[in-house]
Amino acid sequence: MTKKIKTLNLNFGPQHPAAHGVLRLILELDGEVVEKADPHIGLLHRGTEKLIENKTYMQAVPYFDRLDYVAPMNQEHAFALAIEKILQIEVPIRAQFIRVMFCEIGRILSHILNVTTQALDVGALTPSLWGFEERETLMTFYERVSGSRLHANYFRAGGVHQDLPRGLADDILDFCESFPKIIDDLETLLTDNRIFKQRNVDIGIVSKEDALDYSFSGVMIRGSGVPWDLRKSQPYDCYEQLDFKIPVGKNGDCYDRYLCRIEEMRESVGIIKQCIAKMTKGPIKSLDGKISPPSKKDIKQSMESLIHHFKLFTEGYRVNKDEIYTAVEAPKGEFGVYLISDGTSKPYKCKIRAPGFSHLQAMDYLIKGHMLADVPAVLGSLDIVFGEVDR
Amino acid sequence: MNNLNDLEKKINSELNTKIKNSEIRHNQLYISIDCNDLMDVCVFLKSNKNTKFRQLIEITAVDYPEATKRFKIVYLFLSHEFNYRIILSYFINEKEVIPSLTSIFPSANWMERELFDMYGVNFKDHPDLRRILTDYGFEGHPLRKDFPLTGHVESRYSEDQKKVINEPVKLEQNYRNFDYESPWKGTEYIKRQTEKNDEKN
Repeated sequence: MTKKIKTLNLNFGPQHPAAHGVLRLILELDGEVVEKADPHIGLLHRGTEKLIENKTYMQAVPYFDRLDYVAPMNQEHAFALAIEKILQIEVPIRAQFIRVMFCEIGRILSHILNVTTQALDVGALTPSLWGFEERETLMTFYERVSGSRLHANYFRAGGVHQDLPRGLADDILDFCESFPKIIDDLETLLTDNRIFKQRNVDIGIVSKEDALDYSFSGVMIRGSGVPWDLRKSQPYDCYEQLDFKIPVGKNGDCYDRYLCRIEEMRESVGIIKQCIAKMTKGPIKSLDGKISPPSKKDIKQSMESLIHHFKLFTEGYRVNKDEIYTAVEAPKGEFGVYLISDGTSKPYKCKIRAPGFSHLQAMDYLIKGHMLADVPAVLGSLDIVFGEVDR
Repeated sequence: MNNLNDLEKKINSELNTKIKNSEIRHNQLYISIDCNDLMDVCVFLKSNKNTKFRQLIEITAVDYPEATKRFKIVYLFLSHEFNYRIILSYFINEKEVIPSLTSIFPSANWMERELFDMYGVNFKDHPDLRRILTDYGFEGHPLRKDFPLTGHVESRYSEDQKKVINEPVKLEQNYRNFDYESPWKGTEYIKRQTEKNDEKN
């Protein structure tokens, strides 16, 4: 006698706390085994690319903060690099170090959030309480340099908006001294934890080949054993002058990706230290008055500065006709900006390549055959933030 | 295969009839092809041992509403092995149906869905061509240049009908788009004058 098997359709999200935002996942279940996953995205779609086409280059920067909102400055970096390459602007070395330092702070911010919420998804509460305290410290660094904790709007084509306030570098150094201890504490809670390992080891395995086919990048591809990091392979700004290692996973499962993120945080702390040590005094933005706004003091005294200021904040600077793709290694993977300029002060087209988009696409491939309880674990290790997936 | 020039030569010689134009800028190789050759070129780029463009980074389109071939379709590839980036593009008109890359790169699936959603480009042999980013029941293609920035409808919760309803957009003030292309030519004549003076001296 044959029994007819009926599959069950389950609607996971958009209001599920483990969906990491507004993901609606339609799961087809056979008992407790997932047969098919169909992610419905776009619930956070704001039309960023359309909006950018209607804003000047400087006005477009804040939109990048709102993509992956746990590591805002990394996105701004990609956009700033794109404009700099087209306009062929030299970025002062101090600005490069400041930018790289804050990108690494962004990486730590993002990885703390991901590691601790991944633990939360599989049942561990404490890491998130410990981790978020550190995030708060890091966000005050953001606030002190840019005026806001999250939406920094700090990077500019040609440098950064303002120099570091007095004492900030020392406080960041203090943080670098104390933070490795916190990583150790997090590791004592998770790395050898039996429950955490049961929920993550051998879950959501990605082979090398598939990681390439599904356009994975960042930790998702390194966890599978592909040593690929844009900071090393296609270095931008001052990454060439810095010494750091790229942690690579072995098995490509959720646990390896967790380990990679933990190691990357340690490397980031090292990079921040080096940046502060190598930073010299000097200008923090391009000296070209047609690109960088003049200082407040100059505006009061010089007519030319006043005109520059007026032109920059009404029309904005013009960018000659060109087409370029620039990518940076954001905490989640390769974040790219494909920019087409047409000689006016607004981009003709600005396509944003978000790493999370490709990662979430592979959800069906990753989860097929796993149990329902593995869905949050896999989702957690993908490191999805809907600001960038939906754009 | 040490630099981009060799790669350009190699691709041009292997696919000489299919490459319309190629150039190197910003350390990236830009190639324009014909829509019909897309599959052949992609298979070559992915599988040839000297190119190995294993990863499709992004597919996107650019809208030029005045042109007869309205959309420029752009593919970005990355070769981990040789550390190259390539930008492949071709032009199509509005009604044209283009081949889907899903059989070669599984990741093309959502990227093509996004193109379909945002620009209304149609794909042949795509397994699952649905809208992806816009709302259920959305009409129009937002990233086309003739789609207004404010959109066509706005939604609100209707107390009478007890549900969310869509209404035509009503704005108290239109979006203000300033034209900075001043007819005033600037200080060119002064510059010319000073240059002349410099020459005299």
